[in-house]
Amino acid sequence: MASAVAHEPHEHTHYTTTGLDNRKVAIWAFIGSECMLFASLISTYLIYKGKSIVGPFPHEAWTAPDGHVFKAILNIPVTSQSTFVLLMSSLVMVLALAAVENRGKPGYAGTLLGNSKLWLGATAALGATFLGYQAFEFTSFVHEGLTIHTNLFGSSFFTLTGFHGAHVTAGVLWLLTLLSIDIKRGLTPKDAILVDICALYWHFVDVVWIAIFTLVYLIK
Amino acid sequence: MATTAATPTFAPKEAASYGQTGIWSWITTVDHKRIGALYLYTALFFFMFGGLEAGVIRWQLAQPNQHIVSAEFYNQLFTMHGTTMIFLAVMPLSAAFFNFLIPLQIGARDVAFPRLNAFSYWIYVLGGIFMTLPIFFNSAPNGGWFGYAPLTTLPFSSGLNIDFWVMGLQILGISSLAAAFNFITTIINMRAPGMTLMRMPVFTWMSFVVQFLLILAFPVITIALVFLLFDRFFGTNFYEIAAGADPLLWQHLFWVFGHPEVYILILPAFGLVSEILPTFSRKPLFGYNVVIYSGIMIGFLGFGVWAHHMFAVGMGATADTIFALTTMLIGIPTGVKIFNWIATMWGGQIRFATPMKFAIGLISLFTIGGISGVMHSSPPADLQQTDTYFVVAHFHYVLFGGSIMGILGGIYFYFPKITGRYMSEKLGTWHFWSTFVAMNLTFFPMHLSGMLGMPRRIYTYDAGQGWDTFNMISSVGTLLLILSTLIFVINFLKSRKHGEVAPNDAWGAGTLEWSIPSPPPDYNFAEIPVVTSRYPLWDLKHPDRTAGIAHSAPDVMTITDAHAVPVHEETARKTAAELGIPMPFNTVKPAIAALAIVMMFGGLLFTHKGQFALAMTITIGSACLFVGTLYAWLTSPLE
Repeated sequence: MASAVAHEPHEHTHYTTTGLDNRKVAIWAFIGSECMLFASLISTYLIYKGKSIVGPFPHEAWTAPDGHVFKAILNIPVTSQSTFVLLMSSLVMVLALAAVENRGKPGYAGTLLGNSKLWLGATAALGATFLGYQAFEFTSFVHEGLTIHTNLFGSSFFTLTGFHGAHVTAGVLWLLTLLSIDIKRGLTPKDAILVDICALYWHFVDVVWIAIFTLVYLIK
Repeated sequence: MATTAATPTFAPKEAASYGQTGIWSWITTVDHKRIGALYLYTALFFFMFGGLEAGVIRWQLAQPNQHIVSAEFYNQLFTMHGTTMIFLAVMPLSAAFFNFLIPLQIGARDVAFPRLNAFSYWIYVLGGIFMTLPIFFNSAPNGGWFGYAPLTTLPFSSGLNIDFWVMGLQILGISSLAAAFNFITTIINMRAPGMTLMRMPVFTWMSFVVQFLLILAFPVITIALVFLLFDRFFGTNFYEIAAGADPLLWQHLFWVFGHPEVYILILPAFGLVSEILPTFSRKPLFGYNVVIYSGIMIGFLGFGVWAHHMFAVGMGATADTIFALTTMLIGIPTGVKIFNWIATMWGGQIRFATPMKFAIGLISLFTIGGISGVMHSSPPADLQQTDTYFVVAHFHYVLFGGSIMGILGGIYFYFPKITGRYMSEKLGTWHFWSTFVAMNLTFFPMHLSGMLGMPRRIYTYDAGQGWDTFNMISSVGTLLLILSTLIFVINFLKSRKHGEVAPNDAWGAGTLEWSIPSPPPDYNFAEIPVVTSRYPLWDLKHPDRTAGIAHSAPDVMTITDAHAVPVHEETARKTAAELGIPMPFNTVKPAIAALAIVMMFGGLLFTHKGQFALAMTITIGSACLFVGTLYAWLTSPLE
């Protein structure tokens, strides 16, 4: 038996109990942990909803003691657009993974569907677009008089959406890294796990946004 | 990343890390056993340090109206005593065992992510230094280990003290989280063939539960600390009562983390005694399944009891009732374990070796702490006891009497496996009895002074309130405790070089880690064993005695794996190169990445000195260093 081991040290298909790649198990554990991170942020936002002493407020206009009128600050139409963009990024992420997994197979080889660089790039671009929307939203809020210091709403809103934005940023960097590997040496079906774990993370960040969009923007 | 490397460049020279020496080999090591040893030494150092802090506290309190230290410094002492013991001593001592034992117990060659493992350690040690150094400059954290906001916000706690605490805990949180992802993956995915979940050693099982507690509890305190950090550094309003903030927000977030943390501290010790008791009773653990289910139940319920730390804030009858009930409920699975351990010893051939003494010590002392814990679960009783020394007595019985006794027992038990030599039984006996007596001498009188109304966290007190004698006894006990720890240190250091040489199976135990040489070679198992029962080594050595005993029926070996062989004792000491086992390369990148993270947080401190530009330079520079190191790390092959 010892000789059997000695003869194949280069066999790099590590035995795993579940048959899953270690990185896949780890990313699921990581996502579980992230759920608690965002749960804490979202709970705090909800606990502090309506508790701010001064405006601006998310859904109602507010007249300051000096007579200045602040309008309801959340811009749902614009955020709906950015939400749509982020959801579409999940779609192209799925296509990117499929392109890498099925590299060279009929229907993928040489077709648009098999163009992993395009799909990875598109995912990153849509993520970056979402971040652009967020930058626009943050700047316009500051112009309208809401900063992280203004009130409880400002503190909890900017921290919650800012944390999400930071996660999207990390995801975009991750996608760009995969894209650069793809350009440099080409991602093969063997590398699918690399795209797979990034996709899991990306979808998770999307799902969190759906929760944030619903709880923060849509429900008054 | 190794699994994707097309042609692993297997260099025997670099791979033969076994027997490596020198500081550089320790800084760059990715071997789980060496990292475990690093954890052990570092955590023991912090344990001594936290003990000395307690020593000063007890010196100050030995007599009424003393002024050994100032009130302000006393605040720093009790804050750092708690913080050090919890985050820098007990958790990392458990982590030392996670590292050393989990791969050995499940029949793996290393953890799932060896470099991430090194990263966890370096974050821990650097974060520990970051938190500990300020006490020498009279600017250590001073808000209690629970750091209640708004007390810890800028208007009430200016100065760097709390900043060190906030940053330090964030840093240590990263270490715990990274380690937890690693161990979850290791336990789920790297078990030897046949090592089903219900055949895993109980220590691995309890560790498994703890890792889930870590990944679910730590994000909550991370966010609570982020709020506090933002309040202090960027002027947000999370804990600003004047802006309408809820004064209970911190308490809720903290204890949602803080109570599972209690189980994070105790479950590894429970796991260790669950290994020790069967070995020294020569009987399988009584009710293995129930012990496992109880552990899971404790972990699960642990998330539903946090507000029993907050009965005194006036949450109302409904909340008080619910949390009282869940708290009483969690006593059940804990009690079940106690009875299982007692039943394990019942009718066994008991050998009172030092590890066994500590294990029995845990059962008796933890039970006392558990009983006073159940007393606290009743809100009317708790209202009388809250913030008194009664509570201090309670949690020292569970943490010292529980966690520390279990861990000390674990050290005596696994020392032969770690070093290849036994610790001195004579000194061990002295250590046990002096610790046992001193521990009770120190902490039992606190029940009484607490019942008489002595509040926690006061730096001195007037004579004539009936507390004088009890405080003196506690302080004498602490002195004795320090002396008994000295015996341990002498034993530890002496036995490392001169202890009696231990065979593979130092104590006649039944689990996999005892089938390999002591200390284990760097690859752990020359051949990955196929596991057929819970105590495979007992089946191997005493087939006549294990036949018919309900420790899970050994099954016929059905798994066919080219790399797996039946469980056997490994005696040949070959190098990994001779066996053709690829070993991970040593690398310094995890240590650099850890240093970058600590500097990233540390840099922020300069904003409070009015040097915003400098702060941002250090923080952003370190962040870039971290990302750069991370890329270099991920693109270099593991083995």
